[in-house]
Amino acid sequence: MFKKSISTFILFLLTISHAYGDKVKVGMITTLSGGGSGLGIDIRDGFALAVKDEPNIEIFSGDDQRKPDIAVQLADKMIQSDKVDIITGIVWSNLAMAVVPAVVNQGKFYLSPNAGPSLLAGKKCHKNYFNIAWQNDNLHEAAGGYASSAGFKNSFIIAPNYPAGKDALTGYKRYFKGSIENEVYTKLGQTDYAAEIAKIRASKADSVYFFLPGGMGIAFIKQFSQAQVDLPLVGPAFSFDQGILKAVGNAALGVKNTSQWSKDIENAENKKFVEDFQSAYGRLPSLYASQGYDTGKIIVSAMANASIKDMDAFREALKNAPTQGFKSTRGKFAFSSNHHPIQDIYVREVVEENGTLTNKLISSGLVDHSNFYVDQCKM
Amino acid sequence: MSLQLFIEQLLNGIQFGFMLFLMSAGLTLIFGVMGLINLAHGSFFMIGAFSASFVAGLTGNFLLAILASLIFPALIGIMVESSIIRKLYERDHLDQVLATFALILIFSEATRYIFGAFPLFLDIPNILQGNILLPGEIVYSKYRLIIIIIGLFIAIGLYFLINRTLLGIQIKAGQNDRQMIRVLGINISRLYTIVFAMGAALAGLAGALIGAIQSVEVGMGEPVLILAFVVIVIGGIGSIKGALIGALLIGVLDTMARLFLPIFFELIMETSQALSLGSSLASISAYLLMALVLIFRPTGLFGKK
Repeated sequence: MFKKSISTFILFLLTISHAYGDKVKVGMITTLSGGGSGLGIDIRDGFALAVKDEPNIEIFSGDDQRKPDIAVQLADKMIQSDKVDIITGIVWSNLAMAVVPAVVNQGKFYLSPNAGPSLLAGKKCHKNYFNIAWQNDNLHEAAGGYASSAGFKNSFIIAPNYPAGKDALTGYKRYFKGSIENEVYTKLGQTDYAAEIAKIRASKADSVYFFLPGGMGIAFIKQFSQAQVDLPLVGPAFSFDQGILKAVGNAALGVKNTSQWSKDIENAENKKFVEDFQSAYGRLPSLYASQGYDTGKIIVSAMANASIKDMDAFREALKNAPTQGFKSTRGKFAFSSNHHPIQDIYVREVVEENGTLTNKLISSGLVDHSNFYVDQCKM
Repeated sequence: MSLQLFIEQLLNGIQFGFMLFLMSAGLTLIFGVMGLINLAHGSFFMIGAFSASFVAGLTGNFLLAILASLIFPALIGIMVESSIIRKLYERDHLDQVLATFALILIFSEATRYIFGAFPLFLDIPNILQGNILLPGEIVYSKYRLIIIIIGLFIAIGLYFLINRTLLGIQIKAGQNDRQMIRVLGINISRLYTIVFAMGAALAGLAGALIGAIQSVEVGMGEPVLILAFVVIVIGGIGSIKGALIGALLIGVLDTMARLFLPIFFELIMETSQALSLGSSLASISAYLLMALVLIFRPTGLFGKK
């Protein structure tokens, strides 16, 4: 008995020393109430699921209410009084632009589970900033590529007037070989698109590309379908996620959309993630949840290989996580030199499966895709 | 730019205007009669949309859903008025703003707790799907046309209610002199409850009508609430006529600015800058109009001097 407890104790010590034993404090700043809270809640839940077996992670959670000023206050509080080592969680690019530069300049890590504005990938990149999701342009680049290969010649493109909206249309145009009939920027949060849809109807476009995340996209797709404009619609995955499809209904059926993740990507990690998420929360995971999960897993992997007390070693461990034990739910995953993912971006179609709307992979749009801003980044 | 497109946009502006009218009519009455700044008015917009979506999901009947969007917000309005709001009438405006802001948070989080963080589904009935051909080759959405018609009926109904009924006389008297009508023996607290419930029901109806073409989600009422405040400032606080004219002005201005400003700026500058500047300016056009009205008529177009 005595012998057995000694050996258990030694085994216990060994496990601890292997994991370096230093507590990592993570600040989770995301949108948990009001409009857009579905996205933040999924990121938080995905992250929590990924780190639930890692006792040395302590999470400090804060609700930014989708307001930049509140996000900045939360970051200050977490750095100064909670003494966090890593901040993550922000959904929106305008909030990320307000928070990230200050965080990384104070010697903390920022791991983005969603927003990937072009400035943070290019001129304002930083060694302490990692993006686990995508650079903002990526899904739109894949959509532009898909639209060209589908034979569209003349697109009407529309996005909200904020950093990610401009990145989106820039990305689409970069890979679309046809011409642009009209480029429209709407107010962020706008939910009535009658004016824009009338313009689309009056135009000579042969396809419509839209980036309108959250409720904006739901409103747009419903109104577009109700207006019976007979043009093919292409969008990024944000407007065709599981939670959104329920609200859009059959109006989304058959629409092609681009995503770096889908619940039917076949690999062991993804299968486990989808099952665990469903049993833990009783709903299908979204791509935001998968991004939160991957972010959590990268931290866990880095913790196994370095101590948070040694910033340089931990940074290397984050950077090398894809080759040192981290397995993404997306399958292939590597970091580019500006700390953004190199990954495949797929084309999906909205289909009906046993009475529920969901997405089916139909082709791989862009393979091993990095980002346009690598050369602009001097770390 | 064809004439058809122009008229279609004009109709869109009018439809948006009537929707704003449903919101601002209640807001302006509540402010006019009780002197209450009710920030929680947007929550009734949301409650209306959620009740409609819930009932539509249960019964599949759009008319029942619309009925629910009137009844539930009115009932909740009565509950909130008689328990919380009533205590605020005698307090100053800052207290009212604080308390009704707290109500927004409570309503939003309660709704999220009950229905979840994801948007709900509410679609327009099949019979109203699609377009109708109006005289002059104008293709217009049937459903939006119905919203215009409902808005018109409610505007006419409110006109009769205010000018031709006993309740209307009491409301007008309440706007003019609150003390006096209490002294005259009119049950003022009942009048307050009725006005508040009516405002909540109109906001709920707007929420359900709009929820069917937009997304039914937590926090959907607040952007509309801000514009509704702009409308009552432009129209003159307390005036139903002002709310109607103000709402139509804002609706048409906002829609037309979104259409024409980018085109206008494209004439004088490079395309990408023009698009960005045009759409930025379009989104502040309503506030510019409000600033102009405040400069030249500080009490609003139809406000009391």
